[in-house]
Amino acid sequence: MNEKNININGEITPPDKKNIFFKSVVGFLRKNWIGFTLLAALFAIIFILEQVLSSSSMLFVVLKKGAIYALVAVSMNLLNGFTGLFSLGQAGFMLIGAYTYAIFTIPAEARTAVYQYFDGGIINFTVPVPIALIMAGLAAALFAYLVGLPVLRLKSDYLAIATLGFAEIIRAFFQWDKLGPVTNGSNLLRRFPVFSSTLYPFIVSGICIAIIVLLINSSYGRAFKAIRDDEVAAEAMGINLARHKQLSFTVSSFFAGVGGALLAMYQTTVQAAAFKSAMTYEILLIVVIGGIGSVTGSCLSSFLFIASSEWWLRFLDSETYIGSFKLPLLASGFRKVVFSIIIMVVVLFYSRGIMGTNEISVDALLRFFRKLFRKDSKGEAA
Amino acid sequence: MMLKISDLKVNYGGIEAVKGISFTVPEKSIVTLIGANGAGKSTTLRTIAGLVKPQSGKIEFLGEDITGKGVEDIVSRNITMVPEGRKIFPDLTVLENLKIGAYLRKDDITDDLNYVFDLFPRLKERTWQHGGTLSGGEQQMLAVGRALMSRPKLMMMDEPSLGLAPLVVRNIFEIIQEINKQGVTILLIEQNANMALKVADIGYVLETGRITLSGTGQELLANEGVKAAYLGT
Repeated sequence: MNEKNININGEITPPDKKNIFFKSVVGFLRKNWIGFTLLAALFAIIFILEQVLSSSSMLFVVLKKGAIYALVAVSMNLLNGFTGLFSLGQAGFMLIGAYTYAIFTIPAEARTAVYQYFDGGIINFTVPVPIALIMAGLAAALFAYLVGLPVLRLKSDYLAIATLGFAEIIRAFFQWDKLGPVTNGSNLLRRFPVFSSTLYPFIVSGICIAIIVLLINSSYGRAFKAIRDDEVAAEAMGINLARHKQLSFTVSSFFAGVGGALLAMYQTTVQAAAFKSAMTYEILLIVVIGGIGSVTGSCLSSFLFIASSEWWLRFLDSETYIGSFKLPLLASGFRKVVFSIIIMVVVLFYSRGIMGTNEISVDALLRFFRKLFRKDSKGEAA
Repeated sequence: MMLKISDLKVNYGGIEAVKGISFTVPEKSIVTLIGANGAGKSTTLRTIAGLVKPQSGKIEFLGEDITGKGVEDIVSRNITMVPEGRKIFPDLTVLENLKIGAYLRKDDITDDLNYVFDLFPRLKERTWQHGGTLSGGEQQMLAVGRALMSRPKLMMMDEPSLGLAPLVVRNIFEIIQEINKQGVTILLIEQNANMALKVADIGYVLETGRITLSGTGQELLANEGVKAAYLGT
């Protein structure tokens, strides 16, 4: 880092910046080549699966929704797990993201049909999808910034209640009839561009999560964790509490907004009524089950959660007969009972979540496998 | 004069905790404020650190008025505080704790890390351990080390002996003297008056928000009133 080039006369010359940059990039790639290989393999596997399996397979539903929820869960973890701010506004910020994306990407020719009760709406232009995704994040971030000014003075449960309240207000506000020309009131927004490949949410979520991880590992991230651990001590170290909380809240909401836009693309339609506080609770559950303060835990539990709720436990909802014997209890709604019990068990026995505050890293995996193999070879020897 | 407090009044929690105190801290000295619970020692320190705003009075640091300035400003003037009860960050590693201490600095901190590790070899062995898993004495070392990372000119310590074994307390006070020898001015508040006065150049006795006695550490140690009230002999 602090490399100094000393020339023949013993004078210190400034290091060649380009050279150092190049070296650090090469070093980074060399150090993480296993990780990048695994990542490339993951994308290759998804690509191959898409060619092989039918596109209506449940696997793709889980992968798509899981990737989107992973992003939102990580963004919530940044706030709840790393900065210690217990906020429940995630669904509200997702809603802003989803609507911003939808409103600005519906093609002009489709507007008359979509805004049929509002004379085609008042927005007559469209922006490209990537820009709309960023706008979705920015709109959520801007709103979070304004909400944060008064709300972030609150602590713990009070903050949770206030943010929950704001999320509900947003939901009501977007359904307001007077805003119809922009938001289409309580009607659906549809016919905006969507993705078909599972790789799309993976790539967007992956980039966003990578940015969050970089933030967490920076000196800002350290300051966030210090605030989480002890506000008074953090303040005494010269960390500006208000500014850092505001930053964490805004960044978290930015990515919740992007996640909301992705969710809109996944669902192909958007309606404000769907962004209930129950959605926030689902994300909170993912964060808690994955481990508060673990990014990889949030990602892992997101896929597990979505897979359980959308796929693996579905059979509990349908009446099943073995011969003429009707299995008891299996009826519509039973899935939720079992699901709740599983969650209770997880929270009781793994109170720190699957990962605690640990992370899955390539190094840790390698260490784990080495240990495993060493144990095996020892076993064979004996 | 490094730090000059004149007629400082602070309201804290609805009561006037500090009722007009004046004292000075000369450069490169160890100054101690002693007094019972609720005498206003911690409030005084927190006010200097910028965590609490004073009602009236003046705080001057190196000739500049810093009354009512924010914590960030004060820390960047190289005044640092080791808070009461250590207050290390339990879920951060020892290294991260130390790096947080240098949060407002933009320059290279390698030298300072080495300096802290020289001072506390125990911390060097435990860089990757979480702060919360350290023993009480080690946590106090970490708190002092963290404060040193900001390259302080003035280090304020709030009851460094709190809840530590006598042997560990002696160790901590030796380190305080060592740090002082290297040019850091120290403002120490203590209930352990005996220990504090032994190392202090100047001592002040604080009672219910007022300074009632002052003198060199040795003078106060010999003072009958101090003996009766704080030394228990």
